[in-house]
Amino acid sequence: MRLNFRLKLGIIILLILTIGSFVLPIFTDVNPSEQGTYFKNMPISRDHPLGTNSIGQDIFWYLVFSLRNSLVLGVGVSFFAVILSLLLGLSSGYIGGVYDRVIMLVTDSFIAIPSFPILIVLGTLIRGQTSFWYLGTVLVIFGWAWNARTVRSMALSLREREFINTARFSGSNTLEILLQEIFPYVYAYLIVGFINSILFVINTEAALAVIGLSNVEVPTLGSIIFWALNYNAMFIGQYMWIVAPVVTTVLLFLGLFLTSTGYNQLFATRRGHS
Amino acid sequence: MKLLQYLGSRFVAYIAVLFIGVTITFFLPRLMPSDPIEGYIAQMQNQAGQTITPEAMDELRVQLRRLYGLEGSLVEQYINYINKVVLQFDFGPSLYSYPRPVAEFIWTALPWTLGLLGVSIVISWIIGNFIGLLAGFFHNSRFATTLEVVGVVIYPIPYYILALLLILQFAYIWQWFPLSTTIRPGPLTWEKVNAIIYNSFLPAMTLIIAGFGWNILSMKALAFATKEEPYVVFARLKGVKPRRIMTRYVFRNATLPQITALALSIGTIFNGALLTEILFSYPGLGLLMRTAIGSGDFNLMYGTIIVSIVSVATAAFFIDLIYPLIDPRIRLR
Repeated sequence: MRLNFRLKLGIIILLILTIGSFVLPIFTDVNPSEQGTYFKNMPISRDHPLGTNSIGQDIFWYLVFSLRNSLVLGVGVSFFAVILSLLLGLSSGYIGGVYDRVIMLVTDSFIAIPSFPILIVLGTLIRGQTSFWYLGTVLVIFGWAWNARTVRSMALSLREREFINTARFSGSNTLEILLQEIFPYVYAYLIVGFINSILFVINTEAALAVIGLSNVEVPTLGSIIFWALNYNAMFIGQYMWIVAPVVTTVLLFLGLFLTSTGYNQLFATRRGHS
Repeated sequence: MKLLQYLGSRFVAYIAVLFIGVTITFFLPRLMPSDPIEGYIAQMQNQAGQTITPEAMDELRVQLRRLYGLEGSLVEQYINYINKVVLQFDFGPSLYSYPRPVAEFIWTALPWTLGLLGVSIVISWIIGNFIGLLAGFFHNSRFATTLEVVGVVIYPIPYYILALLLILQFAYIWQWFPLSTTIRPGPLTWEKVNAIIYNSFLPAMTLIIAGFGWNILSMKALAFATKEEPYVVFARLKGVKPRRIMTRYVFRNATLPQITALALSIGTIFNGALLTEILFSYPGLGLLMRTAIGSGDFNLMYGTIIVSIVSVATAAFFIDLIYPLIDPRIRLR
């Protein structure tokens, strides 16, 4: 199995960011959110790889914890969103008929509804006490639809294949066919969907946090930018405070996107050969 | 016959989007653990010390419940809500700038959002698809690879990052464009048009660049696939000029899925536009939503959300209606 360039680059970026953000916090006992831990506005040095900000936090450590929290939220929410889309997409494509039509109508509606205004309201109503559990649940509700659509069209095309009929005539029931015959074909799409969903979740949380409507007390890739904007980092010349999270976010998203399209390519070529 | 069937199915989808959107907006806040009214009352008690009597407090509670439409059972509230908000478009008075109606604020803000979105979607769709077409049609050249790399790098960058980068570069370091929007009200003169373009440039650029990535990548894939179809090969063998093959044979057919994709992604683009408006203080629905949140104006907030859902669903429905004009297979059969 030869990995293509995109996939390699994507996986390398993701590995560096993930391992870095999960391993590094072991070596520190600093609470990154605590203000005034260090002197303010310190330049880049060996002790502070990215300097300190104007409320006395170490930018590098804050960023490490932000990245870790964003990743945990993204992976956790995507896991449930993918399971939901798998259940709905597979059953819809395989069972067909009225059930399929109703499920697809709901799916398309969830794709079309602008989720951001609704999230903004929820963010406001529970301001200050936005627990990540609640936010996660809401993100699952808005995150499953695209994948369900893909899975369903896969299941729809597989339903007519010969080996499915063979399995049916050999006495397998619907559940067995879905799990043993169709799932192996769908899982590659699920991996791609899973990665795309992580992108969606991290992006949405960060977008809410940037305008102060997520729980900004928890360091995430969005809340670090919120605080930087809140303390006018650009005007007081604290470029690192805003540039560092921007660069990290772009790198992370590029890594996720390269991995997802690279994996798609790899799977497409493999399907072509078999 | 087929056309009627198509239109019918699109209309059902339109109604479904509206229904589900409005229903989620109604139920999600009500299923939340916290009660906004109790929160508001606790806040008032704090501000007023202990000067409010328990009786006055109970009366206040009843009044607030009526004002927010929280009387009666959940089903009654829901029917009431659908009747008032969806069928009559009546969002009630603004609670912050009482008694000016919410609708007044929304009608002022809506043209800004629609104008910004309309212009940037059209520009980014045309340029993005053109670049994608070139990249897919000449996929062997180094030039095409460069274009694709541009698409891959731009696509995953979120709206707020693009907005921040543009603000940082063009408004802060170079100071070519304003940091936030300031347009004086008044009649539509030539000067005002200039001011609007000057102020809208950066928000529009954010939306255009954000739209590029997707258009380039998906058009590239579609053009590449269409290029190998038998009818294109036939045209090539027949001696049709490459430019004509590219525009008439490849582009026309590769456009169709791109239009369907645009209808589906309008919601996502709209989300980005709201965020962009907030970051640039652009006077559209997004900023109105932010103001409503800041001042705790629930009627205004609900009004903006419902209008958002209705606008997005309607825009997607219009694109669906245009589709048969471009795809004769639906029209003629």
